[in-house]
Amino acid sequence: MKKYTNTGNKDTRSGFGAGLHELGKTNENVVALCADLTGSLKMNAFADENPDRFFQVGIAEANMMGIAAGLTIGGKIPFTGTFANFSTGRVYDQIRQSIAYSGKNVKICASHAGLTLGEDGATHQILEDIGLMKMLPHMVVINPCDYNQTKAATKAIAEYEGPVYLRFGRPSVANFTPENGEGFTIGKADVLTEGSDITIIATGHLVWEALQAAEALEAQGVHAEVINMHTIKPLDEAAILASVGKTGCVVTAEEHNRFGGLGESVAQVLTTQLPAPQEFVAVNDSFGESGTPAQLMEKYGLNAAAIEAAAKKVMARK
Amino acid sequence: MSQQDLQAVVTQVRRDIVRMVHAVNSGHPGGSLGCTEFLVALYFEHMNHNAKAFNMDGTGEDLFFLSNGHISPVIYSVLARSGYFPVEELATFRKLNTRLQGHPTTHDNLPGIRIASGSLGQGMSVAIGAAEAKKLNGDKSTIYTLHGDGELQEGQIWEAAMYASAKKVDNLICTVDVNDAQIDGSTDQVLAMGSLNAKFTAFGWHVIEVAEGNNLQAVLAGLKQAKLATGQGKPICILMHTEMGNGVDFMMGSHKWHGIAPNDEQLASALAQNPETLGDY
Repeated sequence: MKKYTNTGNKDTRSGFGAGLHELGKTNENVVALCADLTGSLKMNAFADENPDRFFQVGIAEANMMGIAAGLTIGGKIPFTGTFANFSTGRVYDQIRQSIAYSGKNVKICASHAGLTLGEDGATHQILEDIGLMKMLPHMVVINPCDYNQTKAATKAIAEYEGPVYLRFGRPSVANFTPENGEGFTIGKADVLTEGSDITIIATGHLVWEALQAAEALEAQGVHAEVINMHTIKPLDEAAILASVGKTGCVVTAEEHNRFGGLGESVAQVLTTQLPAPQEFVAVNDSFGESGTPAQLMEKYGLNAAAIEAAAKKVMARK
Repeated sequence: MSQQDLQAVVTQVRRDIVRMVHAVNSGHPGGSLGCTEFLVALYFEHMNHNAKAFNMDGTGEDLFFLSNGHISPVIYSVLARSGYFPVEELATFRKLNTRLQGHPTTHDNLPGIRIASGSLGQGMSVAIGAAEAKKLNGDKSTIYTLHGDGELQEGQIWEAAMYASAKKVDNLICTVDVNDAQIDGSTDQVLAMGSLNAKFTAFGWHVIEVAEGNNLQAVLAGLKQAKLATGQGKPICILMHTEMGNGVDFMMGSHKWHGIAPNDEQLASALAQNPETLGDY
């Protein structure tokens, strides 16, 4: 089984900040907006170097989404930055009408997604954002797995014409994808390990956990195929069908409610084209709570151990 | 354009509005009729714009954003009569497969429309973004918006109002259609907003009152005054006092024509009050 090396824990939001910083130098049409969370979103470098292209809007996310939509009229490529909760649920109608329905080239960049926001608790831990965004027609939804990939995704979405939701997080997590972002293509899944017994499709922070689970399974003679599904919409259906066609079962893993997330999208592909047993590693329709990221991922069953257990369960159903 | 010619456009637009709404037995004639002078003044006299070569960015052109999208009949008529698209297309208003959706949208590439609107309160923010883009591009043109007075009850308007003055968005002229009416009754009955002048002034805007918003000369004078106030560090707000349903006697003086269509008899009466000038679609 192919092994991956953690080159040192880093936060995905810093990958966003680094990508945006580079875009500031390479693409003069890129502008950025932030609702009083510049430091949290790691947007300082861009803001410092491009004061004319950085819009501090204050604590007014609805206005920020509208301004972003307007900036596209005149050829700008706006990147909005705030927490995932305030990037989606708080401003759903603004995104729906002024950005998605209006077909505006806005990049909604959302940090602190999911439980791993940690101690701030459920008010800030949105677990519904993937669902909210993927339901909007033509919205691209991307949840990269580590620092390097978040940086690559940030740069890639500037080249894509249309609205994008880019989801990342707060904690330092394993950084293991290629440093130069090599291999990242919007809408194209990464098959990280090849296996014949089970497919594990993970997104975001759960990808590294899936690799750990695959190693544990390998030691028990189970060959798992791990797929990093960084793009949830448009979904790489071919990658899913090719892998599950080979393994005959699947576990999906995500830091999101099991309703509305990656697992549901995968299930829709399989039920219509290749029915197969599936287990969902996801939050079971609840809100989060305060705690450390590791404690929360353990309590809500979103780690390597949970993926391993789900894999054994789903293989028994083949 | 002469005053007489402008007035002829106004009359024709009023005909278009009532005919469009009558044909599909739905739509919003009241606010549309009340804002007819304003939109005719804007598109036929005041703004620098290019109806024949519409492009989304509108580089070098003044741009208009309709925030209260429900008054779509008037913007569609004015856009068509300005030459953005054939006037015959007005006959498709609100019908299946039309580009003239109930509320305006960019979705079907209708020339002249740069943002979807209908869910209220969003247009000022969008206009600010377009105004900031103009500044970044070194484009000295002006951004215009129109809002309903009832629409100001939406919180996002005040987020945008705060931003526009704090960040000195002074290439922006937002007009409020003050007709004192909304769906459920008068604005005072539904949610009294007090002095809009005092509110916008307190938010740091340059406020201009147009007492006679259904008088073309008064509207043009207000727009000219507003334009002169651009580039001086403040966003500009025109409080334009109009009458909902203006130009059709039985629609005036009541909020009840906000969102209902005239029947055949009422249509005939409305058309008799607004005789054909430029030719019906």
